[in-house]
Formats: sequence, structure tokens, C-alpha cells
Amino acid sequence: MKYEEITSQATAEWADMTSGRVPLIRIGTAMCGHAAGAFRVVKALRKCLESKGIEANIQEVGCLGLCYAEPLLDIKKEGKSRLFFNNVTPEEVEYIVDEYLLKEGYPKEKVFGYIGEEGPVSGEDSLEMLPGLKLQHRIALRNAGHTSPYDINQYIANGGYSGLYKALTEMSPSEVIDEVKNSGLRGRGGAAFPTGVKWSFLVGSPGPTKYILCNCEEGDPGAYNDKGILESDPHTLLEGLAIAGYATGASNGIVFIRHGHDGPIERTEKAIEQAYDLGLIGNNILGTDFSFDIEVALTGESYVAGEETALMEAVEGKRAMPRFRPPFPAAFGVWGKPSNINNVKSLSYAPEIISKGADWFSSIGVNQSTGTAIVCLSGDVNRPGLYEVPMGLTLGEVIDDLGGGVTDNAQLKLLQTGGPLGGVLGPDSKDIHIDFDEMRSAGAIFGSGGIIVGSDKVCAVDLTRILVAFCQFESCGKCFPCRLGMEHLLEIVERISNCDSKPGDMDLMKSIGGTMEAGSLCGHGQLGFGPIRSAITHFEEDFRLHIEENRCPTGSCDRLKIVPKNTRPYATDHIAGE
Amino acid sequence: MTTDKDNLRTKIQAAIQSQKRPTVTVLSSLLAIQDSIGYIPEEAIEEVAVNSNTSINSVFGVASFYPNFRFTPPGEHSVEVCWGPTCHLKGATEVLESVLEKLGLDSEGDTDDGKVSFRFNTCLGACSQAPVISVDHELYGNAKPDIIPNLLGSLHEKENHHQ
Ligand SMILES: Cc1cc2nc3c(=O)[nH]c(=O)nc-3n(C[C@H](O)[C@H](O)[C@H](O)COP(=O)(O)O)c2cc1C
Ligand code: SF4
Ligand code: FES
Ligand code: FES
Repeated sequence: MKYEEITSQATAEWADMTSGRVPLIRIGTAMCGHAAGAFRVVKALRKCLESKGIEANIQEVGCLGLCYAEPLLDIKKEGKSRLFFNNVTPEEVEYIVDEYLLKEGYPKEKVFGYIGEEGPVSGEDSLEMLPGLKLQHRIALRNAGHTSPYDINQYIANGGYSGLYKALTEMSPSEVIDEVKNSGLRGRGGAAFPTGVKWSFLVGSPGPTKYILCNCEEGDPGAYNDKGILESDPHTLLEGLAIAGYATGASNGIVFIRHGHDGPIERTEKAIEQAYDLGLIGNNILGTDFSFDIEVALTGESYVAGEETALMEAVEGKRAMPRFRPPFPAAFGVWGKPSNINNVKSLSYAPEIISKGADWFSSIGVNQSTGTAIVCLSGDVNRPGLYEVPMGLTLGEVIDDLGGGVTDNAQLKLLQTGGPLGGVLGPDSKDIHIDFDEMRSAGAIFGSGGIIVGSDKVCAVDLTRILVAFCQFESCGKCFPCRLGMEHLLEIVERISNCDSKPGDMDLMKSIGGTMEAGSLCGHGQLGFGPIRSAITHFEEDFRLHIEENRCPTGSCDRLKIVPKNTRPYATDHIAGE
Repeated sequence: MTTDKDNLRTKIQAAIQSQKRPTVTVLSSLLAIQDSIGYIPEEAIEEVAVNSNTSINSVFGVASFYPNFRFTPPGEHSVEVCWGPTCHLKGATEVLESVLEKLGLDSEGDTDDGKVSFRFNTCLGACSQAPVISVDHELYGNAKPDIIPNLLGSLHEKENHHQ
């Protein structure tokens, strides 16, 4: 099919569906909605509609980002705006259906707000005026919550694949790379390396088989934005992957997702299937001579599998242990072929950068951090969410304006940012901007976007213990500074937390941390001391109380402390027969 | 006559053969087997080694690396508690205590009657709903300790519906 035919059919379908001729009911069922009970609501809804003989079109969608309002139900009737209902329980479904669909009334008890040109249905506020939406500037998540991830035509009707079409028909590969370079886009997987520059490394590598690997390992606790994109709008990633493939002359894309994350896996695979059916990936895409295949590969549970060279090992089906570099992936990647690794978010920006141009993208954000930050805000805040906001907001704006402040009117005590290898910041960090470089100089990192808020009921030693336990649990064991260092650090933090420290423990930790930083093979060991270093900088007093006064200021350390221990049999002795 | 062992091998081979993703590796085969029969018996290690033309040692090396693999048959029901930092701050410890008490366990493992397998999860991916637990792969957010007895109470009688 020609591109014009595909889009005109999709547009007609979309217009009909969103007219509300048949009431259109959208409900967010990504992992966050799932945990809030969305599937139980969908079940109740289907049953209720069936028993009352009401015709409606139910579409499972992704995230508007208002996690605190999930499960979020959205009903569009003909001639009316979309009406939203928040925190819906299965028991409340019947009330909403009866009032709004059966009796043509107004279920005012549950109304959250409206979105639409038709204005309020009955005096409710516009949802778009909520800080949680007003402050967002959604690029990668532009369709999230609006279109179904299961229907490629909904993506296409909203401009989907026009970036790829433009790249293939109007731009040379090097122009695409220049556009991405000029946009200032930096990788969102942690290291913030310029994406266009990284792509250019792959260009000169010999083909014909070259890979673009998309990293959706997302093992960092506290981060759910990669999974959020795949569950909300997987096509924006697939389109981005294909654009990267065209720009670099790659032949294959692999999306790498953790086993067990069924929502992202299922939605991505379905999306791939549909894109093949329309000729948007595969051979001779849109009738051009560019061909590109995409598949999903799964990893077992391993945080280090998200490290770029460990990821290549895992794709090959091995233990996820990082490789020595050089050779670098652009020369010797997965199965020895030239490869490029990008995070889900980095690739998902590409379609809009190509459609709207580098200048548009670089006009958003600050300094050397262009575009948006996709923040996973969780912990002790009133309005946790998945918020895509312009880079340059302050942490205070994120916590107070987006997050509605700390829960129970408690004081802010700490922020944990950038995942378990990131850092811990104190209450004086509210003026720090979300800017890769500013956050790094503050001793934290923005990383992949997790921001965990802790109130004054949180003990910094207790939280540090959990972070270090995670790093110990996840050490792949390949190199000893990390394998032994993490174990030793955990032992020390545990005894401090037990108010059973030994003299010199603080110095000992610093010395072990220094060895790990200097001698570890990958970022896990090199950065793994970060949480401790930042915690002892900002929360010296918490540590002092455990060490000198044998007490925990919040009582957190007096609770049950069981964490899973790393039981990986360590490499060489176990496979000694090899 | 076919024995249970033969049956197991047949199931394992079927799981290896039925993989739909284009790239088949030691890891993908092990994941497919665990999805199909719930664990990795010795026979699975052997079959994957033969199928991938590699050694038993190296297949076991892969299986033992990823903590999601188990080597004994699982309980009919699975319970996972997230111990990630957000969940920890939001009260995962109290939820954990309640789960362990209800199941009669000290830590990760299977209940005495073999019905329920409990393990930790580093992050169930729904941190904004913390604390989160998973029961037979269904997620429950804002899990307060007092919902646990009810939530897990019926597992011992319940049919297994997650496979
Ligand atoms: C221990 C460790 C874990 C990592 N986990 C991830 C991950 O889950 N997702 C990710 O995109 N990058 C992860 N990274 C960073 C990757 O190595 C790599 O830099 C990134 O995927 C590159 O993509 P980008 O250039 O688009 O940021 C991890 C790095 C380390 C050291
Ligand atoms: S630093 Fe840690 S995770 Fe990285 S290779 Fe060494 S042992 Fe493995
Ligand atoms: S609404 Fe999807 S992550 Fe919360
Ligand atoms: S930290 Fe528990 S779900 Fe992420």
C-alpha cells in the first residue's frame, strides 16, 4: 500500500472512532494502571455493558502520566468532550455506566475533568489545567493515553510514521544524522552521550549486517518510563529505530526487554507485526530501497544486562557480563557485528525531531540538555506520576507543582535520583535544575529519570542499605573490585544500620569505594559507591547517630531486614570445564 | 510405555521448538522452558545443550546467572513482594512481614504444602503505586499489610489460573 493510502484510511478510521458515534471508552492499562486495578475495572466494565446491552468501543490505552488518578476511565460520547473518571473501582463502574451511558445523566460523584473542544460536559474543570498535564510537554509520550498501542492506524492517524517517510523520501542518511546532532539530543539511558554522534560511529562500519539495539532492560527500581513508552505507544519507538537504521545503514533492530514484563513485550510484538503488515518495516520500506527488520529479544532478570556490552552478551543468550572495551560496539557488537545501543527514550524522540526539525527540539530545554525529561516521580509525594516536562525545571517544581508536595504535610528529607547508581540529595536540592550537567555536578545524576521522594520519616542509612543491597544483588561478578567490594560495603552498611558499627567503618567504606571506582570493569562497580558517597555527604548526621549514639532517628532500622542475597555462582570456577 | 521422565523431555523439546521469536539462544530456550513448565529441571539443561550445540556446563552457567530461573517445580501460585527503594519507603517491610506470616515462611521459598512460591522482586515496574505485590502475576498497588490475609487467604484453595 502507498503511504497516502495508509494515512487516509487511518485518518478516516480515527475520525469515526473519536466522533463518539459509538461511545468510546478508553482506560489506561499500563503496569501502573494494572497495579491500581485497571484490569479488574475493564472486566467489570465489559460485564456491565454486556448485561445492560450497551454498545461501546473499549480501548485499552497507556499513560496520561497521572499515576495518582489511576485507574483512569475516559468516555467520549458524540458531541461531548472526553469525560474522565479517576481512581475507578470495579464497584463504581455500574454507577458511571448507568448515569452516563444509560440515563444520559452526569455521574458527578466520580468526574475528574474533561478534555475536548466541546468544553465541559457539565461544569467540570478542564483536565489540561491540572499541573500534572499543564506542565507537561509531551514528545515521546505525545500519544500516550490517547491512542491504543494495539492499533497502528491510531498512531498513523496522529502523524505516525511521517517522520520515517520524510527521512526516506526527502533526506539522505547523513542529513538525518545531522538533524539529530543539531537537535542536541543526548542519550536518556544514563550517560547522556549525544545520540547523533553515537549514530555516526556506526556509519563507517562495514555491512551488510549491522544492528541497532534498543535497551529496554530498565532494571532500575524507581524507573518505569521506558516500559511506559512501550506500553503506551510502541510505534514511536519502532519508527525511531527505523530512522536510526536508515541513518546508520543498519539492517536489523532488536528491542531488548526483561522477561516477565508482559505488557511491554506483548504490545511491542503486536506493534512489530502490524508495522510489517503495512510495509513500514521489513523489505523495501514504503517502496524505497531501504530494508530493516525488527525483533524483540528477552533477557532474564539482571540489572547489569542493561549495560551496553552485557546486553550484547544477553542477546547472544549468555550470562549478562560486560565485555572489555575496546573493541567498541560500533566495530564489534552483537555476534561480532557492528552495533549501536540506544535507550528507548532516546530513539522515541527521533520521529518528532525529523518531522519538526532540530531547531524545534533544541528550543525546548536548557543549556546542553535539550528536549524533555521523562520523570518517574514516586515515593512520598501526593501526586506520583510519569511526567514528560521540558528539561530545566527545578526539582522543587517537580516535587511541589507536579507532585503536589510531600505526603501528610511532612517535610522533604531526601531525593534519590538516577537509579541505584545515582545519588541521594538533601532537602536543599530544590533549586537544582533538571539538566544533565547540573545534576551531575550536584553529586546526583538524572540518569533514566527516576526521582524518589523521601519525607522526614525516612532514615538515610536505611535507604542506603537498600540501595547497596540492590547493587550487591545485581553485581555480575566478573571483576573482583565490584563483586567483593559490594559485598563488603553491604556488610558495613548493615552493621551501621544495626547500630553495631566498628571504628573506622566510614573510612573503610570510602577506601573500598575508591578501589571500586578505579578498578571495576563497568559502570555498575565504577558508580556503585555513588549512593553511599552522596548519602554520607548529605546525611552525615543520620550515620553519626547510628554510629555514636546507637540509635536510628526514625526507627526505620529497627524493623525486619531481609533482602535477597546474590547467589550467582561466580563465573570461572563453575564453568571450569570449558 | 512412556515414563514421566520421557514426558518431561517431550514437553521441554516442545517448548524449545515452539519459540516464535526469530533469534533462538540458550537464554531464550531456557526462558521458554520455564514459561512452559515453570522451572529448569536437569533434563532441560541437557536438552538445551544438545539443541544449541554447547556444553551442559555453559547452559547451567546461563541458568544460574539469572535469578528468575528456578530448579525445582514451583508452587501452584506465585507471590512476589517488591523490595525496590520506592516500595521500601512506602512500607514494603510491613507488607513483607504480613506475607511471610500468612505463608509461614522466613524468607524466599515455597510453603510447606508446596502450594505457594514466594520471592522478592527488585521492582515490579509500578513504583508510583508503591508498595506493590504480585499474586499469580496480577499486580496489587498500595498494598497495605491488612489486605494480605484476604488476598493470600484463598490461594490454598484456589485453582491455578496463571498458566
Ligand atoms: C549497570 C548498568 C545498567 C544499565 N542499565 C541500563 C538500562 O536498563 N537501560 C538503558 O537504556 N541503559 C542502561 N545503561 C546504560 C547503557 O550502558 C547505555 O549507556 C545506554 O543504553 C545507551 O543508550 P543512550 O545513548 O540512548 O543513553 C546501564 C549502564 C550500566 C553501567
Ligand atoms: S563492575 Fe560489577 S557488574 Fe560490572 S563487570 Fe565488574 S562485577 Fe560485573
Ligand atoms: S499512568 Fe502509566 S505509569 Fe502511571
Ligand atoms: S520499587 Fe517497587 S514497583 Fe518499583
